[in-house]
Amino acid sequence: MAKKFLSGNEAFAEGIRLARPKVISAYPITPQTIVVERLSEMVEDGSLKAEYVHVESEHSALSCAIGASAAGARAFTATSSQGLLYMAECLYYAAGGRFPIVMMNADRSTALPWNIYGDQRDSLSQLDSGWIQAYAENAQEALDLALMSYKIAENKDVSTPYMANLDGFVLTHTYETVDIPDREQADRFLPPYETDNRIDFNNPKNMAFSAGPDTNYVFKFREHQGVLAARDVIRKTEKEFADVFGRMYSGLVENYRTEDADYILITLGSIAGLCRETADKLRENGIKAGVVRIRYMRPFPNEEIAQALKNAKAYGVLEKDISFGNEGTVFTNVNSALKKAGAAINGYDFIGGLGGRNISAGDIEDIYNGIINGTENVNFIGIRGDGNG
Amino acid sequence: MANKTAESISREEFFYGHKACAGCGGSLAVRAALKVLGPRAVSVLPAGCMSAVGFNFPQLCFSNNSIISTFAGTASMLTGVEAGLRAKGYKDFTAVGFAGDGGTADIGIQALSGAIDRNDNVIYICYDNEAYMNTGIQKSGLTPFGAKTTTTPAGHNIHGNIRPKKNMFEIAAAHDIPYAATASIGYLPDFIEKVRKASRIQGTKYIHVIAPCPTGWGIAPDQTIEIAKEVVDSGLWYLAEYQDGQFTLNHKPKEFTDVSAYLKKQGRFKHLTDEDIKVITDSRDKKWEFINKNFQL
Repeated sequence: MAKKFLSGNEAFAEGIRLARPKVISAYPITPQTIVVERLSEMVEDGSLKAEYVHVESEHSALSCAIGASAAGARAFTATSSQGLLYMAECLYYAAGGRFPIVMMNADRSTALPWNIYGDQRDSLSQLDSGWIQAYAENAQEALDLALMSYKIAENKDVSTPYMANLDGFVLTHTYETVDIPDREQADRFLPPYETDNRIDFNNPKNMAFSAGPDTNYVFKFREHQGVLAARDVIRKTEKEFADVFGRMYSGLVENYRTEDADYILITLGSIAGLCRETADKLRENGIKAGVVRIRYMRPFPNEEIAQALKNAKAYGVLEKDISFGNEGTVFTNVNSALKKAGAAINGYDFIGGLGGRNISAGDIEDIYNGIINGTENVNFIGIRGDGNG
Repeated sequence: MANKTAESISREEFFYGHKACAGCGGSLAVRAALKVLGPRAVSVLPAGCMSAVGFNFPQLCFSNNSIISTFAGTASMLTGVEAGLRAKGYKDFTAVGFAGDGGTADIGIQALSGAIDRNDNVIYICYDNEAYMNTGIQKSGLTPFGAKTTTTPAGHNIHGNIRPKKNMFEIAAAHDIPYAATASIGYLPDFIEKVRKASRIQGTKYIHVIAPCPTGWGIAPDQTIEIAKEVVDSGLWYLAEYQDGQFTLNHKPKEFTDVSAYLKKQGRFKHLTDEDIKVITDSRDKKWEFINKNFQL
């Protein structure tokens, strides 16, 4: 185990090096570029033995990765924002074909207006594409997700592509000290990719076929079962990861002081740290505050959220997303989880950080005040009345 | 032109039992090419006629490894398949794409350009039936001047398609591709030999084969081959190659057959006026001026 001072992008690239993909196809887009630059350097210096394909677009990046995965090769790509939207057709294609490709997405705002900074509207718009979606909080978790991702995605019961999301700039470009696992340990943890879902000269296949109304929905049902199966496989993989590397993760969510909390803020990504600090501060003033950080949006942690909130008086969701004309998508998902569990607690949605706008500790205190005292169902934090912000 | 007889290609079938229309030129091109490339060919076909007629679970009609790509993704998936198989240690296989005219010259041209630019070791075959036939005969970038399609109706004001075909052969050549060729299923031995030649060249290979569609062209199913010959004999298409920076003409008709006769056999051109036919003939003559000047014989 070596320690290095790395950005989120660089940490993710280190994790991918340890995962030994055979084909990398990627197209540059801010703020993802560093991860593909590092990977191309690793291919150049021989520390990563992979085919690096310089595709001419994000659509081709994922289309190429699907072809490579169909050949039985472990494949990697990375993108962000407009690039994710440009390749959207291929997201559904990879998932429907059950190709366990891993992609890093640097979460970034989507045009218009143009903006290169972080929010999560890009990846959250693709929740229905059939991919597992993880959200990292820090560079260490980013590296560890990179290594765990293939083990989860390639599990035979799962066979589902995996999108690891890192908040643009806030995480992709921020440096911290990261533990880098040993090569031997990584190889012990993650064996080479073996699958029957591949081109086979001894048993030729017609792959990525059409299926009519009579069979199509059976394939879609199985696809759904595959993503659901990831719930157990994620926990099992994290246990194996802890056994080898000594770092334990907490499954689909990470709870902070939720056991006795009256007021819980649910969020995802790199803002969670500031939420925890704010909860600590409120507890010093006698307010029992807690935080749930969603680590996986798909499969969605329905039971985990209901369990964490079962004694809470009220909750809020802080998300960098809005489904225009309704509410934030995370809020919708959380409400569904609680409804299914029969929980009747007041909840409020807080939209913030769009286009990289700063969310301050004061903002989060205001959010908790809103949860405690009640507020609008959907709130754009920092915007009052006339909408001029 | 290559001297190739039907007896000398494999009797083994790799694409059969499919639901293509009677007289389909595209399916003939795919069938013949796979006979040349054999069981170690991995075919990539985008959403389009060939995938629609051959890839309906559980009736799957390729006996070699085959996969459907996204419409725009023939070339990029080919790249991935080739890179993936090579990275897995496979040797002696051929990654071959079969895309129609729309899938090649319109929605797939960016991915194709990328593959040629990278010089990926793949064969890309465009079977050109001159419109979006799978969706019901809409104009593509390779629909010829004057052709009536369902989106270029022939009326009083406009006589079908108002633009000439994109020149995909020379677009591919302009990338300085290792090998590019034109062909027609009316000259099948020439096409077969070009596929064989392509399979022995390292890097990207592009073959553009005219493959008439009786349904879309308004001809009888048994006229496919005849019309595919006549498009060459009338000089409206030509058999050529590009290799080592040099264009070569493979077949020079002594004199062209009547353009008007070729056009009037087809429902899609029935409405053309003498004036329209003169535009087509003049454009043919201009093209041949260029060919005679720039192509080796």
